[in-house]
Amino acid sequence: MVQNLAREDFTHIGVEVTDAERLGRPRVSYFKDAWRRFRENKIATLALIILTIMVFFVIFGPAISGYDYARIDGSVRNQPPSREHWFGTDQLGRDLFARVWQGGRISMAIGLIGAFVASFIGSIYGGIAAYFGGIVDDIMMRIVEVLISVPYLIVVILLSVILQSSSIFTLILAMTLTGWCGIARIVRGQMLQVKAQEYIMAARALGVRPWKIIVRHMIPNTLGVVLVAITFDIPGYIFGEAFLSFIGLGVQPPDTSWGALASAAQSRFIFYPYQLLFPSLMIALTMLCFTLIGDGLRDALDPRLRK
Amino acid sequence: MLRYIARRIGYMFVTIFIIITVTFFLMRSIPGDPLAHMARGLPEQTRANYYAKYGLDKPLFTQYLVYMKNLLQGDLGESVVYPGRSVSETITNTSPVSAKIGGIALVIGVSIGIFLGIIAALYKNKWPDYIVMFIAILGVTIPVFVLAALLQYFFAVKLGWFPTSGWGESKHMVLPIMVLALGPIATYARYFKSSMLETLNQDYVLTAESKGLSRFNVIRKHVLRNSALPSITLLAGRIVGIFTGSFLVERMFSIPGIGFYYISSINNNDYSMILGTTIFYAVLFVIAQLLVDLIYMLVDPRIRVAPEKN
Repeated sequence: MVQNLAREDFTHIGVEVTDAERLGRPRVSYFKDAWRRFRENKIATLALIILTIMVFFVIFGPAISGYDYARIDGSVRNQPPSREHWFGTDQLGRDLFARVWQGGRISMAIGLIGAFVASFIGSIYGGIAAYFGGIVDDIMMRIVEVLISVPYLIVVILLSVILQSSSIFTLILAMTLTGWCGIARIVRGQMLQVKAQEYIMAARALGVRPWKIIVRHMIPNTLGVVLVAITFDIPGYIFGEAFLSFIGLGVQPPDTSWGALASAAQSRFIFYPYQLLFPSLMIALTMLCFTLIGDGLRDALDPRLRK
Repeated sequence: MLRYIARRIGYMFVTIFIIITVTFFLMRSIPGDPLAHMARGLPEQTRANYYAKYGLDKPLFTQYLVYMKNLLQGDLGESVVYPGRSVSETITNTSPVSAKIGGIALVIGVSIGIFLGIIAALYKNKWPDYIVMFIAILGVTIPVFVLAALLQYFFAVKLGWFPTSGWGESKHMVLPIMVLALGPIATYARYFKSSMLETLNQDYVLTAESKGLSRFNVIRKHVLRNSALPSITLLAGRIVGIFTGSFLVERMFSIPGIGFYYISSINNNDYSMILGTTIFYAVLFVIAQLLVDLIYMLVDPRIRVAPEKN
């Protein structure tokens, strides 16, 4: 058999040994891959679209309405939604369409800034605790344990009373004061977990410098968790603002927010239900969207869940 | 085991002490002083008497020592806005009302939540699962005050089944309890579902099934017991949620509970009431957290055997 084969049958077709190392498909970066998997999640994508539309209206809504959100007009009090006033008017004749989106600016700003500030502080704190370990970690986590056992609404209420002011800055300060503790715990846990992985040991054994390990491995592998935590925290801050405005410690007139609008409408709810409907619908919708996006992100950013 | 419990109780006291101290000095650091706007316009002598009555004429640190000493005897001082009304008495009179609604809501909410979670896990990716998850998401995203307003509108105004607000008869409790129970229902349904799905994948469930145990017995004896464990840790958060939820619910339904008085003392700047009630809340939360942790330790054999190192 073998003898019958001619030498010409064995030609070199050009496969090099080094080709085994070549990548078969173009390299997909972590976030590109995550984005692809996020889009496969229909519910999360829908939530993202709805949220984008809401953000559009929050930015341009007050201008679209053609009314100033603070202008009082005695001739059009408590009007139901109509062609002139899409969401109706309140008891002072102010256009609710303008007011709802104007209020949305403050509610969303508080949600976003609050969650970002809290996770920034929390990440640094948790990172330091995880990096140093030992007694430093012990003391830092003990402090977090004490802070976390104080319910945050009590802290917020107390601080609003003490500072005697209800500016947006005070609200955010009050809510982030203990709000970072949760993220600090998450980041520390994730960092410790990553630190114990074999590829970190491999990198160490190869002589990679510590800061490079932190920048290349520790931070990217913690970022996903932080991103998810931020998304889940935003509804909490929006609700916190709504709660405070509702009990009278939040945003003060002439400024307004969804919580303040809902609070003002609540006592007249039986007669003018639409006045409560629109701001509370916005609160619920925003919280829902962020929760669903958070769910989607959590699945998309975890490479272990890849099919 | 005992050492661990003793250490936890030790930490609890440190936490409570820090909270009380910080709250006290923060409240005293308010620009002006607690009585400033009450005492405005009073003659000099009356004013001095007024300050002496609340011990505010002494140096700050002495005030702190006096406050701590009284606190140990259960005396939280007197209301600044309503002279003669003792803070401790207000708390003891009003907290049972809150505890009653909160307790019932918690029990009902947790039971329904677990029930829905079981259904969702057993019918995963079928319509009962979708309905339960829809309820769970609604429960997390609808603000308490919106839900309260909706229930008042439909059940009280439209249907007239229950009164909109008030206190005294059992019919007054129905709507507030419904509002407060939604939070636990939502969290427990979600959590119990995922916890149960995880248990269903365990090897011992497979073993039980291959032994020939009926589906019902596998679920009852193996799956439910093991899934219930982690959900105990959720209790602490839910207890906190019930109390903070009661701030709004008690105000909207005019229920004379402690949340109602807390909010009104904030609105009329009743400093001694705010201070006393805040301390009361904080202590309650810290104790609740400790109890939940200890219960968890008692029921979970894995933690009981190796309690060191979290």
